[in-house]
Amino acid sequence: MEFPGFILNLPQTEAHKPDQGILYDLLIVGGGPAAMSAVIYAARKMLNCALITIDFGGLIRETSEIENYLGFQSIDARDLVARFEEHVRSFRIPVLTGAAVKEIRKQNGDFLLLTESGQQFSGKTVIFAAGEGHRQLLIPGSKEFVGRGISYCTTCDAPFFREKKVIIAGGGNSAFTTAIDLMRVHAEITMINFAEDWQADGTLQQRVKKYDRIQFLDHHEILRIEGSKSVESVVIKNRSTGQEVSIQVDGIFIEIGLVPNSGPVKNLAQLNRIGEVIIDCTCRTNIPGLFSAGDVTAIPHKQIIISAGDGAKAALSAYDYLIETAKI
Amino acid sequence: MGTIADKDRERLKTIFEALIHPVHIIMFTQEFECEFCRMTRELLEEVTGLAEKISLEIFDFVNDKDQAQKYRIDKIPAILLIGDRDYGIRFFGMPGGYEFTTLIQDFLMVSRRDHGLPHEVVSTLSGIENPVHIQVMISPGCPYCAQAVHMAHRFAMAVSAITADMVETTEFPYLATKYNVQGVPKIIINEKHSVVGSMPEKEFAQEILKALQKS
Repeated sequence: MEFPGFILNLPQTEAHKPDQGILYDLLIVGGGPAAMSAVIYAARKMLNCALITIDFGGLIRETSEIENYLGFQSIDARDLVARFEEHVRSFRIPVLTGAAVKEIRKQNGDFLLLTESGQQFSGKTVIFAAGEGHRQLLIPGSKEFVGRGISYCTTCDAPFFREKKVIIAGGGNSAFTTAIDLMRVHAEITMINFAEDWQADGTLQQRVKKYDRIQFLDHHEILRIEGSKSVESVVIKNRSTGQEVSIQVDGIFIEIGLVPNSGPVKNLAQLNRIGEVIIDCTCRTNIPGLFSAGDVTAIPHKQIIISAGDGAKAALSAYDYLIETAKI
Repeated sequence: MGTIADKDRERLKTIFEALIHPVHIIMFTQEFECEFCRMTRELLEEVTGLAEKISLEIFDFVNDKDQAQKYRIDKIPAILLIGDRDYGIRFFGMPGGYEFTTLIQDFLMVSRRDHGLPHEVVSTLSGIENPVHIQVMISPGCPYCAQAVHMAHRFAMAVSAITADMVETTEFPYLATKYNVQGVPKIIINEKHSVVGSMPEKEFAQEILKALQKS
């Protein structure tokens, strides 16, 4: 087993929790790079703000290494998140973790934020940066076998597939990063991509293609997943020839894209056809006072550095709005 | 050089200033220590040395059989956290990776003598009389497992009929095989009911109730 080290993911002093009786200048929703960057810019503008999130890091925590964040040729994803969090915590703003936001409503010219556990917080402005979740593979067998051969988290589950046969569904950066994690446990990998060719960065593709226990099947569709107690085989179709074959496998890792976590603002902000929040170049939504940033928005290229930049932009825009509307 | 990084040692000193009541840690290892037993013991010796309110007692799994039976320890390394009583909080395997954070969170929780679960959630389980044994199977690289383990430990502290174990699957592969673990966190309740994934308090309580219906 690769020694994982000891991760101390706790603040030195417990941050005070947001107060349900206060009208904050700014409420920031989310715990990924967009939200964390927004906190830094808002705190430096001395805004009375609070952060509400399920956890810190978002989907970054499911990655092993980051190789495209400015200033770091290669950094462990957990280290990068820890650095982000440490920076955020240094401003000592109120933080509520473990909280899923259910809905954001407009109320008397301000915003009311409701959590799944029934808490309510008020803000003059909101930055919605709730990120994205995994797109589920919706085919026969895909629900029954989650946790029994189907995985959406390689850093969690790769150890259970040491030297086993696995399929990776997807052809982008996440799929190739998943391949790198599975190469470490010497898995026999088949990569299956619905589209033609592969969409991952060239450097990632180069690294993965050097592995000798991997085959690549692009322009293929996964039709169903079969097994009794756990995954035993997967039926795939060649989209060029229409030929169907069954492949015996022990597991399937699904990296077929992401879906925006825009549910809390679906009745408030304008979304595009795939549910992303539509924003302008200053991160404004169609609702004055509601800003959005990061992977939940319709901005292309879901990257940490882009989210961090947009989070900063959203905080500065919220500050401008508060000044222009004489709310502070 | 210690087991934990210098920077984390300094942070822990500050974190431990929030300790209120004493926390007693019991660890089971053995004379000829396995690699992870030694690492776990060294980790605990170092961490408990940072706070006066935390004490550490080490038992030998073989020579202190009566203690192992008393605390229902069947594998090592094992860690128990005792406050004003034995809450049934157990770690089987080294709390490495994200589980180190869980260990420290548990120290703080036990020291506060407060599990922090809402009353309405605990009240749904108040009628439980038969023992409930929760095992949270984890892997150290899993970012969601720490939350599931701490949640299980909160329920163990809140309800006396509940005991909750963290089980590190790479150290106990036979248990991963026994319970067909292919995804973590896998939460196994009373051997009969299992669910994969971390979840909020209310849902966790519902899973416990579902397991009791199967018993």
